[in-house]
Amino acid sequence: MDIYSILRQFADSWMLLALFLFFVGVVLWVFRPGARKTYEDTANIPLRNEDRPARDVKTDTSEPAFAGKDL
Amino acid sequence: MTNAIKLVALALVAIFAAIAANYARDLAYMVNMLVVMLAASVTFIYTLRKTDEDRDLRDLSGEYMDGVVRYGVIATAFWGVVGFLAGVFIAFQLAFPVLNFDWAQGYLNFGRLRPLHTSAVIFAFGGNALIATSFYVVQRTSAARLWGGGLGWFVFWGYNLFIVMAALSYVLGGSQSKEYAEPEWYVDLWLTIVWVAYLAVFLGTIIKRKEPHIYVANWFYLSFIVTIAMLHVVNNLVIPVSIFGGKSVQVMAGVQDAMTQWWYGHNAVGFFLTAGFLGMMYYFIPKRAEKPVYSYKLSIIHFWALIFLYIWAGPHHLHYTALPDWASTLGMVFSIILWMPSWGGMINGLMTLSGAWDKLRTDPVIRMMVIAVGFYGMSTFEGPMMSIRAVNSLSHYTDWTIGHVHSGALGWNGMITFGALYYLVPKLWNRKEVYSLSMVSWHFWLATIGIVLYAASMWVTGIMEGLMWREVDANGFLVNSFADTVAAKFPMYVVRGLGGVMYLAGAIVMCLNLWLTVKKQPAEKTVHGLVPAE
Repeated sequence: MDIYSILRQFADSWMLLALFLFFVGVVLWVFRPGARKTYEDTANIPLRNEDRPARDVKTDTSEPAFAGKDL
Repeated sequence: MTNAIKLVALALVAIFAAIAANYARDLAYMVNMLVVMLAASVTFIYTLRKTDEDRDLRDLSGEYMDGVVRYGVIATAFWGVVGFLAGVFIAFQLAFPVLNFDWAQGYLNFGRLRPLHTSAVIFAFGGNALIATSFYVVQRTSAARLWGGGLGWFVFWGYNLFIVMAALSYVLGGSQSKEYAEPEWYVDLWLTIVWVAYLAVFLGTIIKRKEPHIYVANWFYLSFIVTIAMLHVVNNLVIPVSIFGGKSVQVMAGVQDAMTQWWYGHNAVGFFLTAGFLGMMYYFIPKRAEKPVYSYKLSIIHFWALIFLYIWAGPHHLHYTALPDWASTLGMVFSIILWMPSWGGMINGLMTLSGAWDKLRTDPVIRMMVIAVGFYGMSTFEGPMMSIRAVNSLSHYTDWTIGHVHSGALGWNGMITFGALYYLVPKLWNRKEVYSLSMVSWHFWLATIGIVLYAASMWVTGIMEGLMWREVDANGFLVNSFADTVAAKFPMYVVRGLGGVMYLAGAIVMCLNLWLTVKKQPAEKTVHGLVPAE
């Protein structure tokens, strides 16, 4: 068989199945137990850290290392 | 030391560009090489002036890098007005052919200006909006400063150099005649370099994020960057005729080339104009509504469904051509399945406002974002319908397609970008709110009525022209000549042009409003109690 036919046959059989299963897997993964809590936290990401990057937990947060001027 | 290397490299680029301009085989190539020489020289002087000065050794990791986003916002507004102006002009050129001035033949006629318009709005306006917002969003949602130091600046200036070279090419006749991929090989190579740097900056920021999860907007932005890289490289596989000229020979030919072009073309819509802008939607709507997105689960399914399906939809541009039937059926079927993720995403965006619907009445910025999502839903309903072979036999090659593209581009891409700009400018320049919300309202109505005029006139003229083309008399002869359809379209062309004027006027009102926001609004105190310099 020429390479076109091989690829064509592979694409509409195994590859199609693999992609479909991956997608079904994603959907099942999204509805896994305990996902709600994780996603609530993730969905809130835009609502924090608006003004400056998060600090590492250990470091002192009293004063920013640098402020002002053109960043 | 690094500055010395930079200076040597810039000097070499300037010299080689001068040599290339000297040996240039065509005008577009020569002018572009002069532009490269100029850009390299300016950067050389800029670098030289900084060399051996005291280096800024302050630790900036506690601050976001917003300078480049500010430049991006200004570039977005500027290119938006340029692109809309070009669009209005070519719309009137179609209505009144006398506007293809004799003295400007070969430079400013419709054929030369049309790619200038499409590239200016898609790549210059849309591209700058995507780069600026993605830099803003990825920093906030990763809680980390932009990775790569000055590389972000390279992406901004490099991308805009690409825009200038592409625009000059079109006017001067340098085009490889592929829709939305007109730039010649040397401009394509430059864009590839810039794009790799863009990917590095974006991915680098995600990798060093402080949040445990990657927010969904970043998934959309990342898929846009990666897919555009792949599409751009594959669709521009060519062998240059000479390194001193723009012309090149395509590697693929015939129907393979057509299929590659529309695989590129439709995914430029799918990933540049959809996925990237959905990244904006998933950040700016929750921010402005001050509520998290309606369903995060839906947003994940939206993402995977969209990228799994979009990549196959390209063949619907090639119904009734040499493309095999199975391929165009495949494109049609996948286009129709795309209804689901598109509408899932639209519902997710709209329902984010549930419990805050009153904001629609009080906040014209959120109204702008919501109508953008509404137009997204409308044009992703219309598109799959037009991809059905039977509908396509009527709609293809007519103005209906133009109307469809513009309801998506003006309604979805334009409005969500305007909304993002109104949100960003006060944040970036540290102002409480934009200068005037009633000017935002004016912009909203000018733009919306403009789009309605545009889309309605193109539906009428598109369907009319499709029906006139296929009309046959009792003996099987065509009833209308092509010129008959052109004459019949005149009134609709004038209405379309007026719609464009209104949309352009709205954008100018926006620029004025944003400028006044920075100039007239008092600066807020920052979290550090300091007012940033401008």
